[in-house]
Amino acid sequence: MAEFTLPANSKVGPGKSFPAPAGAKRTRDFKIYRWDPDTGQNPRLDTYSVDLDACGPMVLDALIKIKNEVDTTLTFRRSCREGICGSCAMNIDGTNTLACLKPIDDVSGSVRIYPLPHMPVVKDLVPDLTHIYAQYRSIKPWLQTVSPLPPDREQAQSVPEREKLDGLWECILCFCCSTACPSYWWNGDRYLGPAILLQAYRWIADSRDENTGERLDDLEDPFRLYRCHTIMNCTRTCPKGLNPAKAISEIKQLMVVRR
Amino acid sequence: MPPVARPLSPHLQIYKPQLTSTLSISHRATGIALSVGTLALVWWVLAAAIGPGAYAQAQAFLGSWLGILLLIGWAFSLFFHLCNGIRHLVWDTGHGLDLPSTYASGWTVVVGSVVLALVAIIAGLAQWSNG
Repeated sequence: MAEFTLPANSKVGPGKSFPAPAGAKRTRDFKIYRWDPDTGQNPRLDTYSVDLDACGPMVLDALIKIKNEVDTTLTFRRSCREGICGSCAMNIDGTNTLACLKPIDDVSGSVRIYPLPHMPVVKDLVPDLTHIYAQYRSIKPWLQTVSPLPPDREQAQSVPEREKLDGLWECILCFCCSTACPSYWWNGDRYLGPAILLQAYRWIADSRDENTGERLDDLEDPFRLYRCHTIMNCTRTCPKGLNPAKAISEIKQLMVVRR
Repeated sequence: MPPVARPLSPHLQIYKPQLTSTLSISHRATGIALSVGTLALVWWVLAAAIGPGAYAQAQAFLGSWLGILLLIGWAFSLFFHLCNGIRHLVWDTGHGLDLPSTYASGWTVVVGSVVLALVAIIAGLAQWSNG
């Protein structure tokens, strides 16, 4: 059932303020969600004033600068800093995106940063992805074949067959889309959400996969697939410019066609 | 280590309102409004069937400021739900799911339903003041 308010232990209180170093001319406030599992206190919003003249252009640059120079306890995931690993997915200025791809100048006023929405928080900006990874596993994200593989060569695809995977294989599993989806917020325990359904379609659409029927059987469920109400927040927020809503629509159409 | 009661990260409280989600929740809200509006319609028709006294009572309420306000709301709800419903039907055929089309169709629904509702309201009020 949908719960529109946060539980008592999740309400965000005011936090500390860290001013910019003296002499900084061009500063920007970063208001960042903090939660420390060791204190037992509620989450808070800390404010860090950052000197933009001494900082890289992206939000991730500012986060790394804060962690290096101001507050080493600030915790977040990051790795590639170029939008290919999906680690630094978070909610910046009200929408989900990758901190490494989000220019600070795209945000007017204070930069508000929260973890991916409606997720259990491990610490600060790090959400617990256990459940969504389990959902990923449930769609069997690997090639399944019945007929014997050719012994001396790869399984070839024609160019048009391969083109069907464009817009699907690029997904980096950052889960910006799933955690932007209100339907996933309210029914994420059973609804697979846009990221996982796009992945499901990636294997359904693969000409080499021979388990399409069973894959569709597994998705034929009022919750797993059909909690998608075409809200389109997923496509709106995808930092890779992919279209999960379209992929889900393709699955729904296949369900009708095969009857 | 004892189990940690992890907080739930903020969601509705912090997510930026945008056309996609706003139209979606409006579709549901107008659907609920129309269900209630249908009951009002039934009440009005029943009142007409019962007799002049009951009908005058229904008319008095629907002709009051509150009644007119509700009728305007229902008129808008009807046209919004209709237009957005057509948008959903098109989506269900697999068309118009890219982001530019979604925004174009979304704004078309907003403008279209406001215009249709205005036409209906003006026509209704004109009819009412003549009668």
